[in-house]
Amino acid sequence: MKCFSRYLPYIFRPPNTILSSSCHTEADIISTVEFNHTGELLATGDKGGRVVIFQREQESKNQVHRRGEYNVYSTFQSHEPEFDYLKSLEIEEKINKIRWLPQQNAAYFLLSTNDKTVKLWKVSERDKRPEGYNLKDEEGRLRDPATITTLRVPVLRPMDLMVEATPRRVFANAHTYHINSISVNSDYETYMSADDLRINLWNFEITNQSFNIVDIKPANMEELTEVITAAEFHPHHCNTFVYSSSKGTIRLCDMRASALCDRHTKFFEEPEDPSNRSFFSEIISSISDVKFSHSGRCIMTRDYLTVKVWDLNMENRPVETYQVHDYLRSKLCSLYENDCIFDKFECVWNGSDSVIMTGSYNNFFRMFDRNTKRDVTLEASRENSKPRAILKPRKVCVGGKRRKDEISVDSLDFSKKILHTAWHPSENIIAVAATNNLYIFQDKVN
Amino acid sequence: MAGVAGPATGSGAAGGDGDDSLYPIAVLIDELRNEDVQLRLNSIKKLSTIALALGVERTRTELLPFLTDTIYDEDEVLLALAEQLGNFTGLVGGPDFAHCLLPPLESLATVEETVVRDKAVESLRQISQEHTPVALEAHFVPLVKRLASGDWFTSRTSACGLFSVCYPRASIAVKGEIRQYFRSLCSDDTPMVRRAAASKLGEFAKVLELDSVKSEIVPLFTNLASDEQDSVRLLAVEACVSIAQLLSQDDIEALVMPTLRQAAEDKSWRVRYMVADKFSELQKAVGPKITLNDLIPAFQNLLKDCEAEVRAAAAHKVKELCENLPMEGRETMIMNQILPYIKELVSDTNQHVKSALASVIMGLSTILGKENTIEHLLPLFLAQLKDECPEVRLNIISNLDCVNEVIGIRQLSQSLLPAIVELAEDAKWRVRLAIIEYMPLLAGQLGVEFFDEKLNSLCMAWLVDHVYAIREAATNNLMKLVQKFGTEWAQNTIVPKVLVMANDPNYLHRMTTLFCINALSEACGQEITTKQMLPIVLKMAGDQVANVRFNVAKSLQKIGPILDTDALQEEVKPVLQKLGQDEDMDVKYFAQEAISAVAQRLRKLDFPVKDSEEPSAPGADKNHFLRPRGPGEDTGKEGAAVRDSQAPR
Repeated sequence: MKCFSRYLPYIFRPPNTILSSSCHTEADIISTVEFNHTGELLATGDKGGRVVIFQREQESKNQVHRRGEYNVYSTFQSHEPEFDYLKSLEIEEKINKIRWLPQQNAAYFLLSTNDKTVKLWKVSERDKRPEGYNLKDEEGRLRDPATITTLRVPVLRPMDLMVEATPRRVFANAHTYHINSISVNSDYETYMSADDLRINLWNFEITNQSFNIVDIKPANMEELTEVITAAEFHPHHCNTFVYSSSKGTIRLCDMRASALCDRHTKFFEEPEDPSNRSFFSEIISSISDVKFSHSGRCIMTRDYLTVKVWDLNMENRPVETYQVHDYLRSKLCSLYENDCIFDKFECVWNGSDSVIMTGSYNNFFRMFDRNTKRDVTLEASRENSKPRAILKPRKVCVGGKRRKDEISVDSLDFSKKILHTAWHPSENIIAVAATNNLYIFQDKVN
Repeated sequence: MAGVAGPATGSGAAGGDGDDSLYPIAVLIDELRNEDVQLRLNSIKKLSTIALALGVERTRTELLPFLTDTIYDEDEVLLALAEQLGNFTGLVGGPDFAHCLLPPLESLATVEETVVRDKAVESLRQISQEHTPVALEAHFVPLVKRLASGDWFTSRTSACGLFSVCYPRASIAVKGEIRQYFRSLCSDDTPMVRRAAASKLGEFAKVLELDSVKSEIVPLFTNLASDEQDSVRLLAVEACVSIAQLLSQDDIEALVMPTLRQAAEDKSWRVRYMVADKFSELQKAVGPKITLNDLIPAFQNLLKDCEAEVRAAAAHKVKELCENLPMEGRETMIMNQILPYIKELVSDTNQHVKSALASVIMGLSTILGKENTIEHLLPLFLAQLKDECPEVRLNIISNLDCVNEVIGIRQLSQSLLPAIVELAEDAKWRVRLAIIEYMPLLAGQLGVEFFDEKLNSLCMAWLVDHVYAIREAATNNLMKLVQKFGTEWAQNTIVPKVLVMANDPNYLHRMTTLFCINALSEACGQEITTKQMLPIVLKMAGDQVANVRFNVAKSLQKIGPILDTDALQEEVKPVLQKLGQDEDMDVKYFAQEAISAVAQRLRKLDFPVKDSEEPSAPGADKNHFLRPRGPGEDTGKEGAAVRDSQAPR
């Protein structure tokens, strides 16, 4: 595993880049992480409905080697808990996904969604303040109207930088089921939101109307056999999107062909290996995340035990399959009992599509180099993350004999899971959410 | 304001003398920064007042710089600001200083909200006309260039809308530059900008020299029409219309048609939809010859497109297309080339397509004439009248007047009736509501005899529908019918049936009688109202259901103006006074409302009202908040409404 210390040695930055609170409550658990298109900003959403945005400090010219650190830029409450009185349903405030919009002016825009409602937020800076009133003096005391002899026009004066987040649009009332994905189209004009059974297409300017583009709800709900688990637009082709299902299949649809994309253009499925068949086969083959590569040529899917890479031109099997934690195969029964088997792990590409990252248990996360076919397990934890320390690869012991530095499968902590990670769009900087902590690691070499 | 010398202001400014003239302006200026959006908006809308008070110089040096940095505000405030600035030239010192307005509008042209940006561009276009040619090149053109080469795409999209206003007035050299900038925006990296450029392409082409159109606009158009983004390609279809209008037939054929043919067969249904949607405009722009050779076959394809949205858009255009065909040979062409496709669409699988067709197909009868209509179109109408989708049937019924003119409605009436009856009894109340709204029209077309015979019973049945909206629409319908058929008809057919419902065991039906009376009384006139309706209303004042009783009070108030003073004084007033003593507080409330209205009317007719008759309402202060209160009535003051209206004469 030595090669990885050269290839992926991440330094844990000083503690101010950790988002954490000493007493961790359910609301602090991070539920999504996302870099913006330049990597300058990083947004996290949590179960309490908050969005925290980190900004990378500007690189100063005289300290070329010191890379900018990420510091908190803005924090705002995106969603509040609600109650649907018609259906007697509580709507959680938990942020399911955040997606950044391409930057269109000096402000930044992002979409955040909970189970039902997508919101478009504007995050903008203000560094000037108007001063001078006619009817009040500097201390705010009212002046006698009779003493006003000249008119004063307010003058703008510099002030401390203020970052404000304002909700620009609220896209509500279009989803009966829980929204699991949102994805911005490359036309910058539309985005889609997917729930368990339907996918809707929205225009950013229009909140009172959306178009249903996929509907897999059977007429009789008892015939329901699969649900949509994730959906994403192609990075360049405005007409193409994919969605994954709980049956381990991926459908690619072409919006040019018809307004309703019930009929897919491509259908990606790997034939099941009959020798591996078990009670859990169906559960563990459910896809928890699907991502197009930046090039748009491949798609990556994550199921419970593996990450697969598919070539868009080959539908019958994935071109690459990576084992994330195959050692859990023998523990599926207990993972089923504690519900861990239903955890939804996400996966990400690095900027050049050559490395894949995804999470596991015990605060471990995994990286796979697609060119060298090497992989590494790293741990995100406070103990081993001293500033400027290099992350040591971890190893889980599979056989009977446990060597030094190895961890036995039985001692893995299943309550510490890394579901959400993000990779800087062009550099080797990663963000890893471990329950209520956010770790940002970066490449040492540069 | 003028004439008061201001200490530190420029020409035409007001000031000095304090509160009288300055105070309101001072308030307005301060409210530009108020926390309440409404007050800020209010101030912005009176920006001209502020500017007038400040004078042109201070407006230029102080107000405009402040406004330039005010782009943090709410959209509606920014929108109002962008609009105001378009008419501000006079307030900054006339055309010589128009360029001072550019900086605030420039910053507004970069905000993310499209409506604000569009308004800023509109105002900039307006102001550009006020620039002298020299100022235009010195100030306006540099602004356009700045926007066009801005970092963010909001500024570049805004630039697209400004080229066409500065181009005609620019010098040759600058014209070349402007064209260069436009070209680069047409191949911008972001689809947002390419879309903006594509949508302004036609407009820009119109102000260009014909040579430049051919040498520069056409290649840009061709490129945009083959853009990788569907949303860009579909905008090129619109540009096609404007460009074709500028070119000769030969040039259209050579330069535009290849692209248009390609668009009509585009892989993306959204592009084909756009072609269908813009078909009439395209048809007019390319002229009759190309229409016959190219557009008709393209239209046939659109009518049988695999995407229902496209078929529906094309079906919508059928009538316009046929109307715009050259008179000569029109009939044969429609019969041979269009009608066969229409016949297919009548039995389309998609109901939106069928209902789109149904909304225009009746219009063909005037174009094709009586014989063709009877022979070819009538079977289609009849088939559509039997369509499973109610919207299709409704669309046919709502356009009956077109057919009536050509062949008379009798041809259809046999099929019409079952269709109407079925819609009238549809399980969806919205469908029932829609057909009720067509009833007055149908009654007019079919005549009173047919109506009495076949439709009258339907109209009565709706009065006892279980959905309130239907009952309400049905009462309005009765009123319209009476207006159409006259009072005598009403007295014979409608009124007796309505009045019978007053004895219905269901109180909702009894209330419907009252609602009908409200609606019908005016149309029926004083005699029927007094003789037939009033006794029933009065009788219902003793109803056991409070809702009926207070509706009696409301009805009496409503029909009051129609009755004569005798009836009011002798019959209405005693009943209202009795209701005024009702045990139910709502009944009491509405009775008092009615009493004061009636008293007012009596007073107008100069009929004495004795103060002793003023009813008091003991205990009315209980639960006062539970019911709506009239404006003249104060909390807790019993009988206030009445006292108010009986104030000393």
